[in-house]
Amino acid sequence: MDRAVREEMDGRDASDAGEPANCCVDKWGGLRLVSVLELANISKHFGAIQAVNDVSFSLEAGEVVGLMGDNGAGKSTLVKMIAGNFHPSHGTMHLEGKELVLHKPADARQHGIEIVHQDLALCNNLTAAANVYLGRELRRGFGPFRILDYGAMYKRAGQLFAELKSETRPRDLVKQMSGGQRQAVAIARTMLSQAKIVLMDEPTAAISVRQVAEVLNLIRHLRDQGIAVVLISHRMPDVFDVADRVIVMRRGRKVADKKIASSSPEEVTGLITGAIEQVA
Amino acid sequence: MAVTLDQTIAQKQHSFLSRLFSSQTFWVVIAVILACLFLSFATDSFATSKNLFNITRNVTFVAIVALGMTFVIITGGIDLSVGSVLCLCSMVLAVTMHAGYSIEIGILATIVTALAIGAFNGVLIAYLGFPPFVVTLGMLSVARSLAMVASNNTVVFQFGPDHQKLLALGGGAWVFGIANPVLYMIILALITGFVLRWTKFGRHIFAIGGNEHAATLTGVPVKQIKVAVYMISALSAGLAGIIQTGWLGAVTTNLGNGMELQVIAATVIGGADLAGGVGTAFGAIVGAALIEVIRNSLGLLGINAFWQGTFIGGAIILAVLFDRIRNFRRSD
Ligand SMILES: Nc1ncnc2c1ncn2[C@@H]1O[C@H](COP(=O)(O)OP(=O)(O)OP(=O)(O)O)[C@@H](O)[C@H]1O
Ligand SMILES: [Mg+2]
Repeated sequence: MDRAVREEMDGRDASDAGEPANCCVDKWGGLRLVSVLELANISKHFGAIQAVNDVSFSLEAGEVVGLMGDNGAGKSTLVKMIAGNFHPSHGTMHLEGKELVLHKPADARQHGIEIVHQDLALCNNLTAAANVYLGRELRRGFGPFRILDYGAMYKRAGQLFAELKSETRPRDLVKQMSGGQRQAVAIARTMLSQAKIVLMDEPTAAISVRQVAEVLNLIRHLRDQGIAVVLISHRMPDVFDVADRVIVMRRGRKVADKKIASSSPEEVTGLITGAIEQVA
Repeated sequence: MAVTLDQTIAQKQHSFLSRLFSSQTFWVVIAVILACLFLSFATDSFATSKNLFNITRNVTFVAIVALGMTFVIITGGIDLSVGSVLCLCSMVLAVTMHAGYSIEIGILATIVTALAIGAFNGVLIAYLGFPPFVVTLGMLSVARSLAMVASNNTVVFQFGPDHQKLLALGGGAWVFGIANPVLYMIILALITGFVLRWTKFGRHIFAIGGNEHAATLTGVPVKQIKVAVYMISALSAGLAGIIQTGWLGAVTTNLGNGMELQVIAATVIGGADLAGGVGTAFGAIVGAALIEVIRNSLGLLGINAFWQGTFIGGAIILAVLFDRIRNFRRSD
């Protein structure tokens, strides 16, 4: 990229900082030049285990990236770093050209990064609405005298479930819910605020065919709003259906980063298993 | 007629009554009422104002500590040190006041002691990953021993210049002839109920008990909250200690011995789940009340006091049994 253009874009971003995060129209122009998210040489080790090893990639606005790899390849660890759950051991992240340092999940959400965790991260003893708002509960009142706003949370959660076309009642305990309803609760979290990036860690793992179609539709809907989506999935058809690009990881390393149009399920399978070593 | 998605979503699945009948606390309330009715008819001495005054006041010490324990148990933890902490706190109050300090300074020293112990327990559990059982079991021993050290294992019954103030604080009945401890219990229960239901902190406590990993992933400050609940538990033991000292007018190093069992029993009988995620302030009070009514009735009915443990233990097992039966029915 032209350096001068890039600097100009950076400058504009800085001056925009005071505006609400959801002014997308203006960002569209800028985002074509500056990636929404850029990872450079990201690594993460847990003791002796090298879970993610020197991974770099960038994410553009309105792009759906499929992230594939065998069990234990490091996919969840990678997205958890982007969501503020883990700190990278090495490497840097940039959000819209600015360095991104996350100390906790709330930091990531503040920057417009939302995640659906692989195990959904639900509390069975709480209601659907309480789970949707977990960690960012709505409150009303003044100063220290602020109490939970049950009404507003039930209402908004109900709207989100309707948008997801899921028969999920905000007041029901998650304990009693079906796999699809639980998934809807976890996905509804990502819709609470205007996100820039949505990370989905196997969002279609436990649900029916009809609901898979709903989730894929939702992903297209997010993309059309200019949101970047990372979809982790073991289901080849889903990725080839909805993604623009596929990134394959094997044993913590990125072994492929290709446009879907120029790849094939066979090639991706080969990359996942290691039958194909690596592609540019 | 077709039911639209919006109607389904807006529907409330459980009516107020069905929720009420499926709540353990409700049935314990019924049990307490039935027991009281039975005792009023079966004995002459139960329904006297003196006996009722005694019962309500005796309930309070266990109940106040059970309120604090409720926070801990909802997070899925346990605090075995409360009886000893109560003793140590009483002793700190007694020794400070005996040395000639005012009641304000005595209470301040007591509260600081309680919070420090709670923070110590909490930090070991939350930040260093110690099992709550082990840490608080250790503290059970440490706190009682410190109480003996502080008093040289003597009985303290002279509380310096503010002696009368302290006795009035615990032994008086300032409003409508209600014993002061009962008043404190009601106020603390209201605060506990409010915090659990209406604050973000309360919500997060339930989240940690339900799924600690999920709470961590969604950015709930799990560690800080865990430290806070052990501090609350110790604080409630400290407050109960202050009140009990004022009521008894003397502190021995035996005070609160074995109390942790009664407190945990009250919490569990009232509907809290030792596995975490469930519990209410009202339940803690009701559980404590049931235990006290059982204790009281044994005496009135002329049953040997040695049977007390059997009956209270039976009540615990019965309460959990009802919970199990409900779960079986739900999973069928
Ligand atoms: N918190 C942790 N502590 C220690 N090791 C971990 C931790 N989280 C992940 N790992 C290890 O890191 C490696 C990558 O795990 P990760 O969960 O990222 O894989 P994945 O690609 O998401 O696999 P799957 O498809 O099964 O979800 C594994 O070897 C795993 O055991
Ligand atoms: Mg994973």
